[in-house]
Amino acid sequence: MINMIIDGKNVTAPKDTMLLEAIRGAGISVPTLCAHESVSRSGACRLCVVEIKKGNRTRIVTSCLYGVEEGLIVNTKSDRVKNVRRLVMELLLARCPESDLLQKMAKEMGIEAQPRFTPDTDKGTCILCRSCVRVCEEVVGVSAIGLFARGSRKTVGTPFMEQSDACIGCGACVYVCPTNHIVMTSTGEKRKIWGRNFKMQACSKCGKFFAPVDQLKFISKKTGTSMEDLAVCTECR
Amino acid sequence: MTKITTAQALRQVQEDLKKNFDPTKKLVTICAGTGCRGYGCIKVKEELEAEMKKQNMDVEVRATGCFGFCEKGPLVIIHPEKIFYQQVKIKDVPDIVSKTVANGEVLEKLLYRDPETKETVLKEEDVPFYKKQLRLVFGQNGMIDPTRIEDYLIIGGYTALAKTLSEMSPEGVISEVKKAGLRGRGGGGFAAGIKWEGSRRAHGSPKYVIANGDEGDPGAYMDRSLMEGNPHSIIEGMIIGAYAIGASEGYIYVRNEYPLAVLHLTMAISAAKEAGLLGKNILGTDFSFDIHINKGGGAFVCGESSALFASIEGRAGEPRAKYVHAVEKGLWDKPTVLNNVETWANVPLIISRGADWYNTIGTEGSKGTKIFSLVGKINNTGLIEVPMGMTLREIIHDMGGGIPNGRKFKAVQTGGPSGGCIPENLLDLPVDFDKLYEVGSMMGSGGMIVMDDKSCMVDVARYFLNFLQEESCGKCVPCREGVRRMREILDDICAGKGREGDVDLLEHISTGVADGSLCALGGSAPNPVLSTIKYFRDEYEAHIKDHRCPAGVCKALITYSIDAEKCTGCMLCSRVCSVGAIHGEKKRAHVIDDDTCTRCGACIESCKFDAILVK
Amino acid sequence: MKKTANFTAKTKAIVKKHGGDRSALIAVLQDIQETFNYLPKEAMNTVSTMMGIPASRVYEVATFYNAFSLNPRGKHIVKICVGTACHVRGASAIQDKFEQKLLIKPGETNQDQQFTLELVNCVGACALGPVVVIDTEYHGQMTMNKVDKIINEINKEGAQQ
Repeated sequence: MINMIIDGKNVTAPKDTMLLEAIRGAGISVPTLCAHESVSRSGACRLCVVEIKKGNRTRIVTSCLYGVEEGLIVNTKSDRVKNVRRLVMELLLARCPESDLLQKMAKEMGIEAQPRFTPDTDKGTCILCRSCVRVCEEVVGVSAIGLFARGSRKTVGTPFMEQSDACIGCGACVYVCPTNHIVMTSTGEKRKIWGRNFKMQACSKCGKFFAPVDQLKFISKKTGTSMEDLAVCTECR
Repeated sequence: MTKITTAQALRQVQEDLKKNFDPTKKLVTICAGTGCRGYGCIKVKEELEAEMKKQNMDVEVRATGCFGFCEKGPLVIIHPEKIFYQQVKIKDVPDIVSKTVANGEVLEKLLYRDPETKETVLKEEDVPFYKKQLRLVFGQNGMIDPTRIEDYLIIGGYTALAKTLSEMSPEGVISEVKKAGLRGRGGGGFAAGIKWEGSRRAHGSPKYVIANGDEGDPGAYMDRSLMEGNPHSIIEGMIIGAYAIGASEGYIYVRNEYPLAVLHLTMAISAAKEAGLLGKNILGTDFSFDIHINKGGGAFVCGESSALFASIEGRAGEPRAKYVHAVEKGLWDKPTVLNNVETWANVPLIISRGADWYNTIGTEGSKGTKIFSLVGKINNTGLIEVPMGMTLREIIHDMGGGIPNGRKFKAVQTGGPSGGCIPENLLDLPVDFDKLYEVGSMMGSGGMIVMDDKSCMVDVARYFLNFLQEESCGKCVPCREGVRRMREILDDICAGKGREGDVDLLEHISTGVADGSLCALGGSAPNPVLSTIKYFRDEYEAHIKDHRCPAGVCKALITYSIDAEKCTGCMLCSRVCSVGAIHGEKKRAHVIDDDTCTRCGACIESCKFDAILVK
Repeated sequence: MKKTANFTAKTKAIVKKHGGDRSALIAVLQDIQETFNYLPKEAMNTVSTMMGIPASRVYEVATFYNAFSLNPRGKHIVKICVGTACHVRGASAIQDKFEQKLLIKPGETNQDQQFTLELVNCVGACALGPVVVIDTEYHGQMTMNKVDKIINEINKEGAQQ
């Protein structure tokens, strides 16, 4: 076990855990937007920053990516930390003024929108946390979506911003999106996501439309299970 | 060239080459760096060769690397007298050949003329631009044809490598580099020896060494001049470094816009391999090492080590959090030493001449020399190499020849987009890594952009933030969104829409962006804003409170008018005005219609009487 | 159809030349751009299939780096240096003038496919600043008057051919 002092409290954490888990394990809350449990971490949102002290040196680190270290002194509420979090929230509120999640978080943190920033109207509620892109690559394994361009023009989407052949319509990206930015509409036999229509499979037992045919084909190919076996919904299995 | 298999054999080759080299023999060298190529030096070279042929003279005309004095190109030196000609044109060639080359007769009009004393200067080293320089790394550029390994061998090239492999242990090399106090020339100024040591100790194989030649700072081109002009010095440094850390593979990451550098490096690598100085069993030892060239895709952020690794790995150049250092987990998560091109080029010098000698040059904390590119509003644009600790004043006034058109110096921007602007009262600052940092700027890769009283510091800050907004990878929130918001505010200020409190807000955003960004690009992005606020706050205030741009740059805050006393009514300005904003009769003073005028500056450019006023 | 087949064949040759290793993606795209003057969609799809890299990753790289253009570019590429040295020497006025003269913004190609306007962050010829590189030719100490002259000259040459 590793011993640390977090916000003045002695805290122990298993070796190889990240600071974020150690801090939360000690009952201290840390806001995050991009550290989804299903995917690897990128350190993109910067909300989880904390101040650490090693010897005489203090610095700001990303707690979701920083491994625990013996003797580390951690401050999760220093002025520098609060200042970074405030700025990140102000910037995100200006980018995605319509996001309910951001509004709620800001309220909890006591942060208001910065009136000097003109709110964006073209970004929807996408905060570019990359959870969708990572789940599509790491969990689903199709990499149908990606992060294109760079800087302030960065966007999430399908290649060439056209319908993607790689997408299987599974909706995992929708599931991990913290701000409900990705739109998926399901109307019985049809599902639409990333601009493409998917035919839904009806359960061979109860008749309910339960998954896109393309998703089942992908699973069939990957696992060798026959399409007939896959054509049964989870409830009827 | 036949393979050289021992250190002894290398000495023999060097001596044989020297025997055939007669220092009293006639030779013409011409600077063929990209800058001089822009002036058309290749045509001058061809003309020189044709003229030699015509006059039946057997004299070599050698296209060499950059001499540094870009302001006065094309540059030609006639050896053995070392007569230094500048601004040479094709029409000068017949005289150069028949008079100077054939008879040693000096052509006065081609010599450098001191603008103050009006006296001509015969030799390169006596020109004020060169006088105070110490060209240890850069000086060989002017003597060698970078496409010929023989030229590098004659001047003692690869001697340091032979010494390393035959006399030194890897630990010995590292301790020498540490003792020399060599710090990274690419920006951070991190001690190279400590990096090497960390990588030598790290577990994992293979290990890599990388030369960063993705010189992204606008206004800096010293690395390019080294890659183009003396590629073997970089390669030799890398081989020594690879031996020290135990690397078997290396990469040179070259900026996309540098085709000539790629060509010369490619040629140098294959020549070194052919000579047995690179590749398998170097100089007949067990040590093998190979170098690949990667062309960058054009992204400033790839100067950041983790982004550069991503780029070599074939991905978008996004940095990652670096809590495990690259010396342990770098390229493909293997131990990696990444140093800048100029840093590598210093290594052979340290090995050949020793750390003790190296320690005699420079300041307490910054040893050796540094190459700077001196550009902007300066009389002598070019590359200079000086010992660390030279003052900005000496650099700008003595070497740079001061500010053109009798204007007043305002600031010098160092460190590229991550650096800061230094005002006149700090001109006596000795330039080294730590001193620049103390005043809110940084060494960066060595760009020095001089600004005069016609440069608006708010506009300059906006320029850099615009650059950084374009170049941010967009991964983390503070950099992607924060830099954009700062730029929007600066846009407003320049457009006369600045608000009370904007400067404070800029400082607030700056602190958060600097503290909160994932990598050093975001971490240093606020520097141009913070340093201009620190030293030129009054200019910000003038824009915001008085709606005035003191330098006369920001279009929304200035008006053009015509000085009726100076205007001769020549009508030239009204003809060039693309929006028809200038009226007046021939030989009568003209008037500018302020509502129509777009402040494009075409009238100023055309007016021969200095009659257009900007307020 | 013929054009697409041409893209595919040439792209295949380029991928083969680089050995198909995933890390060669940027080099492969650079060669494709050199061959076609831009990155055709068909070529990127071929790269994706042959190299086993998801199309989304290829598109990420193609849109991340400045070196790549996703649209066909004109016969002449006008690169305006907007490095710091050129900026303080008035590059933005030169940029405005080119935009006005060619009726396009940076990144765009004019209607008759003659010119593409691009900005470059320093060509390292600061003594020539403000400098513009048209194709491979350097034009130094640019003035607004010179912009007219140079473009008219190129147009005249084009008309003669």
